[in-house]
Amino acid sequence: MAELAAGVRGYGLIVAMWVRTTMTYRMSFAMTALGNLLMTAADFAAIAIMFSHTDVLGGFTFAEVALLYGTTSTSLGLADLLLGNLDRVGRRIRDGTMDTLLVRPVPVFAQIAADRFALRRIGRVLQGLIVLVWSLTALDGVAWTPVPVLLVPVMVLSGAAIYGAVFACGAAFQFWATDAAEVQNSFTYGGSTLTQYPPTIFSKELVRGVTFAVPLAFVNWLPALHILGRDDPLGLPGWVDFASPLVAAACCALAGLAWRTGLRGYRSTGS
Amino acid sequence: MRGSEALRDAPAVQALRLYGLVAAGGFRRFSTYRAATAAGVFTNTVFGFILAYTFVALWHERPQLGGYDQAQALTFVWIGQALLAPAALLGYGFQEDLQERIRSGDVAVDLYRPADLQLWWCAHDLGRAAFQLLGRGIVPMAVGALAFELALPTAAHTWLLFLLSVTLGCLVSFAIRYLVGLTAFWLLDGQGINLMNSLVAMLLSGTLLPLTVFPGAAGDIAQALPWAAMLQVPADVLLGRHTGAGLAGALAFQVAWAVALLAAGRAMQALATRKVVVQGG
Repeated sequence: MAELAAGVRGYGLIVAMWVRTTMTYRMSFAMTALGNLLMTAADFAAIAIMFSHTDVLGGFTFAEVALLYGTTSTSLGLADLLLGNLDRVGRRIRDGTMDTLLVRPVPVFAQIAADRFALRRIGRVLQGLIVLVWSLTALDGVAWTPVPVLLVPVMVLSGAAIYGAVFACGAAFQFWATDAAEVQNSFTYGGSTLTQYPPTIFSKELVRGVTFAVPLAFVNWLPALHILGRDDPLGLPGWVDFASPLVAAACCALAGLAWRTGLRGYRSTGS
Repeated sequence: MRGSEALRDAPAVQALRLYGLVAAGGFRRFSTYRAATAAGVFTNTVFGFILAYTFVALWHERPQLGGYDQAQALTFVWIGQALLAPAALLGYGFQEDLQERIRSGDVAVDLYRPADLQLWWCAHDLGRAAFQLLGRGIVPMAVGALAFELALPTAAHTWLLFLLSVTLGCLVSFAIRYLVGLTAFWLLDGQGINLMNSLVAMLLSGTLLPLTVFPGAAGDIAQALPWAAMLQVPADVLLGRHTGAGLAGALAFQVAWAVALLAAGRAMQALATRKVVVQGG
């Protein structure tokens, strides 16, 4: 518990330092944050272009797809903002700066996660939130009783935790494969692209894979299907729609284990 | 004998040999990152699958959208994944190294070398593209062809024309990124312009959706801009959508943009070089 507190404190201090650095050049920050927002909006533009040719995609309307898009993008944006620089592990091992982190009195994980904290990534979160809020106003036929209302923030935060766990696992993987940072992108950015679209358009095998193997379906598909009053393509029992926080907790525990194993096995390159 | 020796020492041959070596260096440099290449292949394949399923859903609703049938649309997806790294369709690339050298002043050393700055980077980038076409292009395309019904041509000459078109596309891509890189002489920090370049390249090369699917005039405009030369034109060449005069026109479109943008790069380089001398004095 004390270690966790020290980690969070260390993380906060390093983040605050990088935020101060960023804010020295306010104009530059504003431009790069806006650029980030526009960059991530490009894939939503592609979805909008698709819906300029059709009313439904895989049986889902534009507003319904926007709900899927908004939730997964906000989740990924939060994880990316908080932990996005974990993928620098490989580079740190290659250039030898990993060693300096080991001797500092702050957990290594917190140091790497906060390293070069990029506040401009808030652009992705904002873009996701804008689409999410728009979709909530545009959806017809959803009865906004307390359960679906609560499910929205629970889904976004659980999703962020699941993506965060994937980031941590990807970083742990780099202790073995020091220049394979891109594999992680398949699960984070790839996973987010996947869950932007309705599960009905993908093959059953793929949906099974992202439900049971890498549980990205819990980021938004299952809770969102509950809100939209639709059955999931795998015919799972109803309670799994509410299982996202549990799945997120399990993922984080697993990621913690992977990280510890990786760090313990770390041998410096000596350079 | 004397004749061939004289030929070997001719300045043009020497230059050719120099830039050939630089290109080979670019090829070799990227071939050393084996795990990174494997990771890239994996990522391109995963994204290929996701995009392919979304295209199936869209073409199910609107068959013949953008003038493609479903097999052609799926082929477009996998060509896009195969060319993502070689043609730098997301806009990332060597320009960040160039910007760093400009910012640190190392570029002054480069300018004193007996090699032309633009040709040097061009050879390097084409060497990189050649490696990435082989290392990151073939496997995703093969996986895509196994998993989906694609519309790949059987005639060898179509594939050769495709390779020519890809080379021209890589040249256009280089020319654009060279211009972006040179802006560092004036802006010093390249972050903003690199981001804008990535955004524009992603939208207007056809990476997200074929440009023929863009609504109304936006589609026509996008197809006239240089980014169309990077993916849209090579894909249409492989799909056999251009024949005869149309094919010549499509390749001429790529050549014209390559020449214009490389010339713009030379002009900008001349302006920038003058600036370096002023700063150095």
